[in-house]
Amino acid sequence: MGKKTVLELMINGDTFEIACAPNMTLLEALRDKALLTGTKRGCDTGGCGACTVIMDGEAVLACLTLAVEAEGCDIRTIEGLALDGKLSPLQEAFVEHGAIQCGFCSPGFIMSATALLAEVPSPGREEIRRHLAGNLCRCTGYVKIIGAVESVAVKDRGGEK
Amino acid sequence: MKVLNVVGRRIPMYDAAAKAMGQAQFTDDLERPGMLHGRFVRSTIAHGRILQVDVSRALVLPGVKGVITGRDIPDRVYGIVPKGKDEHALARDKVRYIGDAVAAVVAVDVETAEEAVRLVKVEYEELPAVFDPLDAIQEGAPIVHDNVPNNISASIRKEWGDVEKAFAKSDYVFEDSFFSQAVNHAPIEPHAALAQYDPQNGDLTIWSSTQIPYFLKRNLATTLLIPENKVRVIKPKVGGGFGGKIDMFSKDFCACWFARELLRPVKFVYEREEVFQNTRQRHPMYITVKTGVAKDGKILAQQIKAHADGGAYNSTAPLMITLSCFFIMIPYRIENLLYEGYHVYTNKPTGGAMRGHGIPQARFAIERQLDMIAGRIGVDAAEMRVRNAIQPGEPHPAGFIINTCGFADSVKEAAKAIGWTEKRGKLPFGRGVGIAGASFPSGVANMAHLSSGSVVQLTREGRVNVLSGAADIGQGAETVICQIVAEQLGVPMEDVRITAADTGICPLDAGTFGSGVTVRAGNAALLAANDVRGQLFQFVAERLEANIDDLVAADRRIWVNGSPDRGMSLNDALHAYQYADNPLPIVGRGSWIPPTEQPTSLLTKNGNFSPSYSFMTQAAEVEVDIETGKVRVIKMVTAHDCGQPINPMLVEGQLEGSIMGGMGQALYEDSTCIDGQQYNPSFLDYGFPTAMEMPEMESVHIDTDDPLGPFGAKEAGEGTQLAPAPAIVNAIADAIGLEFHRLPVTPAMILEGLRKKQGKAEGTDSST
Repeated sequence: MGKKTVLELMINGDTFEIACAPNMTLLEALRDKALLTGTKRGCDTGGCGACTVIMDGEAVLACLTLAVEAEGCDIRTIEGLALDGKLSPLQEAFVEHGAIQCGFCSPGFIMSATALLAEVPSPGREEIRRHLAGNLCRCTGYVKIIGAVESVAVKDRGGEK
Repeated sequence: MKVLNVVGRRIPMYDAAAKAMGQAQFTDDLERPGMLHGRFVRSTIAHGRILQVDVSRALVLPGVKGVITGRDIPDRVYGIVPKGKDEHALARDKVRYIGDAVAAVVAVDVETAEEAVRLVKVEYEELPAVFDPLDAIQEGAPIVHDNVPNNISASIRKEWGDVEKAFAKSDYVFEDSFFSQAVNHAPIEPHAALAQYDPQNGDLTIWSSTQIPYFLKRNLATTLLIPENKVRVIKPKVGGGFGGKIDMFSKDFCACWFARELLRPVKFVYEREEVFQNTRQRHPMYITVKTGVAKDGKILAQQIKAHADGGAYNSTAPLMITLSCFFIMIPYRIENLLYEGYHVYTNKPTGGAMRGHGIPQARFAIERQLDMIAGRIGVDAAEMRVRNAIQPGEPHPAGFIINTCGFADSVKEAAKAIGWTEKRGKLPFGRGVGIAGASFPSGVANMAHLSSGSVVQLTREGRVNVLSGAADIGQGAETVICQIVAEQLGVPMEDVRITAADTGICPLDAGTFGSGVTVRAGNAALLAANDVRGQLFQFVAERLEANIDDLVAADRRIWVNGSPDRGMSLNDALHAYQYADNPLPIVGRGSWIPPTEQPTSLLTKNGNFSPSYSFMTQAAEVEVDIETGKVRVIKMVTAHDCGQPINPMLVEGQLEGSIMGGMGQALYEDSTCIDGQQYNPSFLDYGFPTAMEMPEMESVHIDTDDPLGPFGAKEAGEGTQLAPAPAIVNAIADAIGLEFHRLPVTPAMILEGLRKKQGKAEGTDSST
C-alpha cells in the first residue's frame, strides 16, 4: 500500500488536504475523504462513466485517475456546477427533459456533457452520442439524455447570434 | 389522453434536481461514525462440500473486526417467495456455484477487508457439477440441493381447453425450439446495504438498495431471529432495479448480523463483478413451441415446454415459471393451451425476476414462431396478430378479466408507423422490418396478500405530506403518487412532500415488482387523499351551503363547480377549519388490494390475475451489414395501451429504456458462463448498449381508460420490454432471410448463417 502522504486537492474551488496512499484513486479521495458523494462508483474499472469529473477542463474517469495525479489540477465535480443553488443550464435541461430516472449515472453524464459543451458549444447529435458513449445508463435508453444535451447546445447557438 | 391540473402532465420527477446536483443519496453515499466495511469470501469451485474454513489468520490482521462463516449464524434459509426459500446468507455445508458466499469479513476499511478475505482458507471436497438444465434433469446428474433429487425445484403443468383435439382439427401444426440467454439487470448502482444497531432498545436499522423493503424486513427477522418490530428497513435512492433488487442478498443479512454483534455500523457494497455473478440474472430458457393454426392464421392450440436454468438457488422460481405460463394467455386468444415448465437447478449464478419475469423468454419464442408460421402458410405477420388479438369484455379462456384492451389497434398503429405495407418483404437485401406483440399485468393479484397503504396529511399551512410504502427505484413512483395526491387535493406539486419505503413509519406495501406500483400504491394514495378531501370538503360545503359532491379544487382553491365565485382559498378553508376547532393536520388513510376472490389461489386455480392489463406492439426496422454481420436498429416504434398515463414523460422514459433493454437482449448481452465460470462480469466485456446503438424511437398512444386504475392508469414499463427482442429478430429475418432461434443474435451467427445459405444456394456443403 505504501506510505501515506498529504495531498492538496483543489476541488470546486476549495482546497482539501487529504492523507493518501499512493494507490488511492481520485474517486476514493472524492467520495471517501472529501465526502463529495455526488460522483458515483458504478464499476471501479472505467466501464460505466458514473465517476466522470472534469480535471483541468477535461472529462476524466475518477476511478482510473490516481489522487496524486490530480494534485495541482482544477477538479470540478457535480457538486460544483450549480451556482448559489441554481442549476447549470445543462443540469436544468436534464431535469426538464426527463433525462434523469434513477439518477445514479446522471452526475457522470452531466460532467461528460459539460466538458463537451465547454469545448464544442454546438455539437451535432452524432458528436453528442459519440462523446457520451463511455457513459452507461440502464434506465433511459439515452433518448432524453441526448435530447437534453442537444437542447442546451442549440440554445448556445442561439445565444451567439 | 386525460390532461388534468397535475395528472396527465409532463412533470419532471420531484427529486430530479437533487439527482442532477449530486445531492441525492444512494446507500453507498451514506456514512455513519465508526462505520465498518465488509467483503465476502466466495467459492472458487462450482460445487463442493465445505470441509473446513480457517479464519484464524484473517482474524488477527490489524483492522479486522470480525469474520463469520455459515456456521456462526442461525441455520435459516431466506427467499422472496415463501415456497422457494433455499438460500443461506453464508453457505453452511455446500457451495453450489462459483461465487457462493462462504464467509464474511468486516474491517475498518475496504482495503483491510479485502486483505483479510485473501487470508481465509477454505477446504472443499469438490463434487461433480452440472451446468445445463437439460443435463441436470437426467438420471444420475449431480444433485445441486440434496432435497431436490431431480434438480427440478419448481414446475407447472397447466392445460386450458383440449390441446390434442385442437391440434387434430388444425390445418397446420408446427413445432420449433428456441433459447434465450442469461441477461444481467446491470443497474449502474451496485447492490449495497448499511446496518446500524441500537443496543438501548434493540432496534436494527438497515438502509438497503432494495425494491421490497417489507419482504426484506420479514426475511431479516426470520433468518437472524430478531422480532420483526425491531427491524426497520429504509430504502434510500435506488440506482435502478429492473427486478434485480427484489431479492435480498448476503450483504443485507451480514451487515445486520455484524452491526448487532459489533455494535458498530457496517456497510457492504458489491463490486461490479459481484453484481454480475452474485445477484441475479434473467433465466436462460429452452422453449419448444408447438402451434396449431387454421389456414387463415387463427391460432387453435399451443403446447409449450420450457426449461429454465435456475442456477444454484430458487429466488422467485415458483412464481417465475407460473408467470411464464399464465401470460401466454395474453395478448392472443388461445382457447387451447398446454404449458409444461420446469425450473431447474444448475451450478451457476442464480436466475431471478428481471423486467418481464419469465415472460420475455416465452414471448421471444412465441413471437418468433408466429412470424415463421405466417411465412410458411402465406399470411401477413401483422394481420395474423390482429386476427388473434384478444378483445375487451370477452370471456377469457383463463378467466382473466380484460376490461380494456387496445391490442388490435396497437398492431395496426405500429405497422402503420414503421411503414409495414411498403416495406415488409420489399426492402433491399440487408434491410427489413419486424413486428411483435405483448401484454403485461398491472401487478399480480390472486397470489398472496399484496396490498399498498398510504397516509396523507394536510397541515394548517396547506402543506401535504404523503406516506407511502412504495419503493421508487428510479421509475418515478414517488412523483406519480405525489401527482395523484396533488390532483385530488387541488394543490400544485410543489406543496406535496413524500416519505416512502421506510418500514418504520410508512404503511405496508408489497414492493416494486410485477408492474403494480402505479395502480396499487397509486390507488392507495388516491383513497388517502380522498379521505382528507372528504373531511375538509364536508366542512367547506357547509360553509358554502353547497353539496360536497359539487365542489372542485385546483390551484389551492375550492369552489362550487360552475360557480367560480362561490368558493374559498385552501388557506381560508384551513383557517376556518382550525377556528372551528377541528383537529389538524387532517389525516387520511387508504389501502388498496387488487380485487380477488381468494388471494392465495394463483398457483392452483384459474382466475383473474391482475386488476388490468397493458398491451403493446413494437415494430423494428433494421439494417444488417453483410460484410461484418453487425445489425443496426434504425427505428423502433411502440404502440402502447397503458391506460391513461399519470405522467406521459415518465411513461415515455420507461418505454425508451425498455427498448434499450430489448436491444441488449436481442443483439448484445450475454452473461457467458462456461463450466460454471462467468467470463464477462464487467461492463467492458458485457454487451451493454450505449448511446451509439440507440435507434430513432417513435411511440403511439392507444387510448383506453381503465375502470380500476387511478385516473384510468395501467401498467407501463415492463410490458414494453417483451416485444423489442422478437421484433428485432423478426426484422433480421425479413432483412436477410435467416430465422434465428437463439439469443443474442451475434455478428458471428449472422455471418455463419449467410455463409451456409450461400453454400446451399450454390449446392455445396458449407457447414463449418
